[in-house]
Amino acid sequence: MEIESKLRNFILENYLFTDDQSALNNEDSFLDKGIIDSTGILELIFFLEEAFSVVVEDEEMIPDNLDSVMNVVKFVESKA
Amino acid sequence: MLHHRGPDDYGYYSDDSIGLAHARLSIIDISGGHQPIHDTDKNVWVVFNGEIFNYIELREELIKDGFVFYTKSDTEVIVHLYKKYGLDFVKHLNGQFAIALWDKSNKRLVLTRDRVGIDPLFYYKQGKRLYFGSEVKSILPCMKQSPSLNANSLDQLLTFWSPVVPNTLFDNVYEVKPGELTIVESGQIKHHRYWEWEYPAHGQEEYLTGDVNELAEELHEKMVAATKIRLRSDVPVAAYLSGGLDSSALVSIVHHHGNVPLRTFSIGFEDKQLDESSFQQKLIKHLGAEHSRVVCSSKNISDNFEKAIWHTESTILRTAPVPMMLLSGLVHDHQYKVVLTGEGADEVFGGYDIFKEGKIRQFWARNKDSSFRPLLLKRLYPYLDITKSNSRAYLEAFFGVGLAEPEVPYFAHLPRWSTTSKIKAFYSDDFKAKLNDDAVENIQSSFHEDIQRWHPFNKSQYIEARSLMAKYLLCSQGDRMLMSNSVEGRFPFLDHNVIEFANKLNPNLKMKVLNEKYLLKESMKRYLPDEIINRHKQPYRAPDIPAFVHEGRPDYVNELLSENEINNAGYFDHKKVGILLRKIDAGRATGYKDNMAFMAILSTQMWHHLFIKNFNRYAN
Repeated sequence: MEIESKLRNFILENYLFTDDQSALNNEDSFLDKGIIDSTGILELIFFLEEAFSVVVEDEEMIPDNLDSVMNVVKFVESKA
Repeated sequence: MLHHRGPDDYGYYSDDSIGLAHARLSIIDISGGHQPIHDTDKNVWVVFNGEIFNYIELREELIKDGFVFYTKSDTEVIVHLYKKYGLDFVKHLNGQFAIALWDKSNKRLVLTRDRVGIDPLFYYKQGKRLYFGSEVKSILPCMKQSPSLNANSLDQLLTFWSPVVPNTLFDNVYEVKPGELTIVESGQIKHHRYWEWEYPAHGQEEYLTGDVNELAEELHEKMVAATKIRLRSDVPVAAYLSGGLDSSALVSIVHHHGNVPLRTFSIGFEDKQLDESSFQQKLIKHLGAEHSRVVCSSKNISDNFEKAIWHTESTILRTAPVPMMLLSGLVHDHQYKVVLTGEGADEVFGGYDIFKEGKIRQFWARNKDSSFRPLLLKRLYPYLDITKSNSRAYLEAFFGVGLAEPEVPYFAHLPRWSTTSKIKAFYSDDFKAKLNDDAVENIQSSFHEDIQRWHPFNKSQYIEARSLMAKYLLCSQGDRMLMSNSVEGRFPFLDHNVIEFANKLNPNLKMKVLNEKYLLKESMKRYLPDEIINRHKQPYRAPDIPAFVHEGRPDYVNELLSENEINNAGYFDHKKVGILLRKIDAGRATGYKDNMAFMAILSTQMWHHLFIKNFNRYAN
């Protein structure tokens, strides 16, 4: 829950400029919805490394791991 | 020689061992604050430049202890605090200051400066005599022979933008270090540090705890207190307004808590790319301040360049100080003597791109071979074309420097130092032969002994605060440009209570991922429009080379950069300088490096002309 909440707040504040929780569903695709651009994805990885002390490898930078709140939470939990 | 720093009053004291002289800019206790000030026994004497903002509280405490005051000035608390606490007196001061205290019975001279280096103080030893003053030009008349340029100091300046403390460009002239006491006693000079930029050990959970809202509230309270105490004055206080977050926050605090009329001043540029007027106007409208603005042209910069170097007493790598002199002139013309400025917020709260770049490079260094990580630099440099095949080589050449050693304390500063050092290609062979010191090793030896225990972000902040801020921004671009027009700057973000609070924050709260000054924004968003809070930071810049080529080069530029003058000074290679000038004339010198090299060479030549070649002007 803590990962999800921290992650949601980061996405809302940093990319959607709002604190309205309803602006983001956990299944929303960051790319399809235009939430994150190509450098934004690196910023997201930066956040994950800073907030959850994980290191993301190049080959892990794929939509299955990083393209929605749900995917990211699963990915971070798997790295823990 | 120091009339510009103190045009309102003069005072002297001398005995068998010492002479003290003071030029006063009257701000507190206008009629009674004549200096030097002494204790009841006329044993302890003080001359002082600056402000002790907590003098009211200190005075009350000292009166309770039985000390008797003969003025209402802040200077007198220094005398009595010294009698009460000895050398620890300085720890009780909240302010900005350069103090000379003479303890007659102990034949002890104490020179000291504020914690971060707002007010300058220099000294020079000649035989058994020590001379000191707020600017080097006040010491020059005491020199028996012309001073010379310290080659290693210039080499340091052309790496870090300033010589390493305590060096100056003048050989054998030193500055009293910020946060230090220099004690002259029994023919010896001793140094004692009373304050230092310090940060918690990283990874040991020593950072401040509390959620973001609580910490933002605490910061807000500290900023209000730091600003209010800096409104203490017997003359009206105004503020600089750039249109950025820091000055906007300060002006807003004054508006909501200051109980004084809001008076603001700003600088604009003819070049629209450098001008921030639209943001200044938004805030003025928002708060209803009375505002004045001076527009700076290229000609203004070239016309005032000589005067600016006379005040900076240093090589400068940008023209940026010159418009600041025009701005303090505007303040002076409106009969104001004191301005608040937002200087220091970027160092204390993590606002600069160099910190952001350092974080991205640390992110890259965690996986050096990553194809993707360096591309985050596009956040800072959107013009990087990452689709080109040579982009990787380009990125590695400029930003990959030192990537293999992310633990070195100056990791974030390496690209800047490396770029600045390119100016050294212009050295003459004779000058190169005089260098006998490695600039980076020298600065490293001045670092705090615990620096390796700190978070990389804090290491960068520490280096930035002690080098570029203390020795360039507060000095060449700050105090010297303010005082050139008898105006005192006050810096709420550099209140030591604010700094000590900020230094204990988790670095991730200063820059959250890549969101700079995160906690400061959280604490100030109650006052400011979203467009100022969310505005991408615009660094303060002024035109460099274009300021000197607007209608052909001014005569003094041609003269100072002539083969004859370059050879006479001896610092640079005239052939290389000639190539740079031809490149400028052809309109091809548009890059960062060319601009910086031109400014370095021109300002060093001007410095040489003013202080070395024409030394007799001071000697006579």
